[in-house]
Amino acid sequence: MGRAAVAVAVPVDETRIRMSSLWRDGARRLLRNRLALAGGIVVVLLCLVAIFADFLAPLPYTKSNFGRLNEAPSREYPLGTDQLGRDLLSRMIYGARVSMLVGLGAQVIVVLIGVPIGALSGYLGGRMDIFLTRFIDVMYAFPRLLFVILVMSALGAGLMNIFIAIGLTGWVGIARQTRAQVLAIKEKEFVDGARALGAGFGRLLACHILPNALTPIVVAVTFGIPEAIFTEAALSFIGVGINPPTPSWGQMVGEGQQYIRSYWHLCVFPSIAIAITMLSFTFFGDGVRDALGPKLK
Amino acid sequence: MLQYVVSRILWLIPTLLAMALVTFLVMHATPGSPLDPVAEGANPLSPEAQKNLAAHYGLDRPLHEQFAIFVGKAVRGDFGNSFVYKTRTVREIIVDTFPISLLLGSMALALAIVGGLTLGILAAIYQNRTWDYVSVSLATVGVAVPNFVLAVFLIILFSFVLPLFPTGGWDSPRDWVLPTVALALAPMGIIARFTRASMLEVIRADYTLTARAKGLGEVPVIFKHALKNAFIPVVTLLGPMFAAVGTGSFFVESIFRVPGMGRFFVLSMTGRDYPMIMAVVLTYGAFLAIMNLVVDLLYGVLDPRIRY
Repeated sequence: MGRAAVAVAVPVDETRIRMSSLWRDGARRLLRNRLALAGGIVVVLLCLVAIFADFLAPLPYTKSNFGRLNEAPSREYPLGTDQLGRDLLSRMIYGARVSMLVGLGAQVIVVLIGVPIGALSGYLGGRMDIFLTRFIDVMYAFPRLLFVILVMSALGAGLMNIFIAIGLTGWVGIARQTRAQVLAIKEKEFVDGARALGAGFGRLLACHILPNALTPIVVAVTFGIPEAIFTEAALSFIGVGINPPTPSWGQMVGEGQQYIRSYWHLCVFPSIAIAITMLSFTFFGDGVRDALGPKLK
Repeated sequence: MLQYVVSRILWLIPTLLAMALVTFLVMHATPGSPLDPVAEGANPLSPEAQKNLAAHYGLDRPLHEQFAIFVGKAVRGDFGNSFVYKTRTVREIIVDTFPISLLLGSMALALAIVGGLTLGILAAIYQNRTWDYVSVSLATVGVAVPNFVLAVFLIILFSFVLPLFPTGGWDSPRDWVLPTVALALAPMGIIARFTRASMLEVIRADYTLTARAKGLGEVPVIFKHALKNAFIPVVTLLGPMFAAVGTGSFFVESIFRVPGMGRFFVLSMTGRDYPMIMAVVLTYGAFLAIMNLVVDLLYGVLDPRIRY
C-alpha cells in the first residue's frame, strides 16, 4: 500500500519541486529514506562528540594510572583501561575527533585540488587533457592504499601529513568525475547562450558549468569521507598514521590486537566504533546518491 | 585482436617504469637514511665507514644513475640485499613470502567469487524478501567495514566465543580459514552487489521472458540463460578485486601473523628497507597490471559483442 501511495505522490511532487530547487527535492527524498536518516543522525552525533570531546571525556586522554593497567570494563572505567592505564572511553571520545577531522578535512583538500584540475582539463581539452587522462590511468594502476602508505612513510606520521597523503592521491577520482561532467555540459545550449551574451571563460565555468556539474561531485565527496576515515584508521593501524599519544581508533585497534588473547576490550571497542562510523557514512552516502541522482546508481 | 594484446603488453612497460620511478623518488625523499646511526638497532658509525657503506650500496651516486642501475638489475630479478635482513637478498625473501600471499589471496578471491555470486543470485531471485536483505546486509558490512576490524570480530567470534579456529599462524589448513574469510569479505560484498544489480536487469530482459515462455523451468532459466549474461559486467570487477585483496593482505597478514609478503611490506616500511620496499611495490604493481590485462582480455572472450 505504501509503495502505491508513493508512486502516485512522486510525479506531482517532482514537477512542483523541480521549479523550486533540486537540492530541496533531494533533501526531502533523503529524509524519507530511513536508513540514510539513521546514518545521518549517527554522523551528526559523532561530529558533536568530536567537537565537545573536552567536555564529554571523563579523563584527559594522556592520563595514566599505572596501578590499573589493562583493566576490564568496570564502573569507574566504563570501557576499561589500556596498557598504560589510560581510560579507554576518554581515548575513544578523542579518537572521534581525529576520524571526523580526517574525514571532512581531507575532502576539502581533495575538492580544492580535484575540481579545478578536472574542470580546466575538461573545458580546455588539448594537451593538458591528454596529460591528465594519462596521469589518471597510471594512478589507477597503482593500488591507492599502497601509494598512501608510501607517501606517509616518506613524510612521517602526523595529522597534517595524512591530509597531504590523502589529498595527493584522492583528487584523481574527483578530477575524473568533474572532467566528464564538464565535457558533457559545455556542449549544451545554455552554455552557448551565456557565451553569446558575452560571458567570459571564468564566469562560464564558475556560474554556468560547475553548478550543473555539482551533483556527482557531492556524491563523490560523501563517499570520499568514509574512505578517508578508513585510510586514516588503516595507516594508524600499521603505525604510520597519527602520532601517539593522540588517540586514533585505528591505532588503538592496531596496538590492542597484539593483546587480543588476554585483553579483548583493548581492540574490540575501537573496532566497534570504526564499524559503526563506516556503516553510518555508507548508509548516508547511499541515501544522498539515491536522493540527488537515481541515475548515478 | 593480436595487435590489441601486443599493444596492451607493451603498455605494461611504461606503467611499470612510472611506478618504479614514483616509488624510487618517494623513498629517496624520505628523511632518515638506512645508514643513519640513530636508526633502531644501528651501530654508531664513523664518517669513513659510512662513506664506504654508501659506496658499497651505490648510495653515493647521483639519483638518476641509482635509478638506472636499479631498473637494469630489477629487470634481471636482482633487487640487491635487504638492508634489514642483511644476510638475505630481497629476491630470496620475496621467493619465500610471495607464494604464501598468493595462496592466501587466491583462496580469498575464490571464496569471494563463489560467495559473492551466490549471495547476488539469491538476492536477485528473492528480491525484497528475506534472502535479499540477508545478502544485501552482508554485502554492505563487507564493503563498508575495514578488514582489520572484521578480523578482530572474527577472532572474537570464532576463536574465543566458539573456539573453532586459532587466532593466528600459518601451519595447518585450519589456520587458513579466518585470514581467508577476513580478506574475502570486502570483495565478496562488492561482487554480491554487482551480481544482484546485473541479475535483476537480466531477469527482466526479453530473452529471459522468451526462455520462460517456451516452458523452461526456473533452474535452467537462471543458470543457462540469465547467469551467463549477468556474469559479464561482474568480470570487469575482478581487476579492482585483485588490488583489494593485495592491499588488504597487509592488514590481515599482520593480524593473523601470516608470514607473507604483505606483512613483510609493513615491517620493511618502518625499517626503511629501500630495496625491499621497492621490490614489494613493484611485485604487487606488476602482478596487478598483468591481472588487469588478463581480465580485459577475458572480458572480450566472454562477450562476443566486444571487438578490439
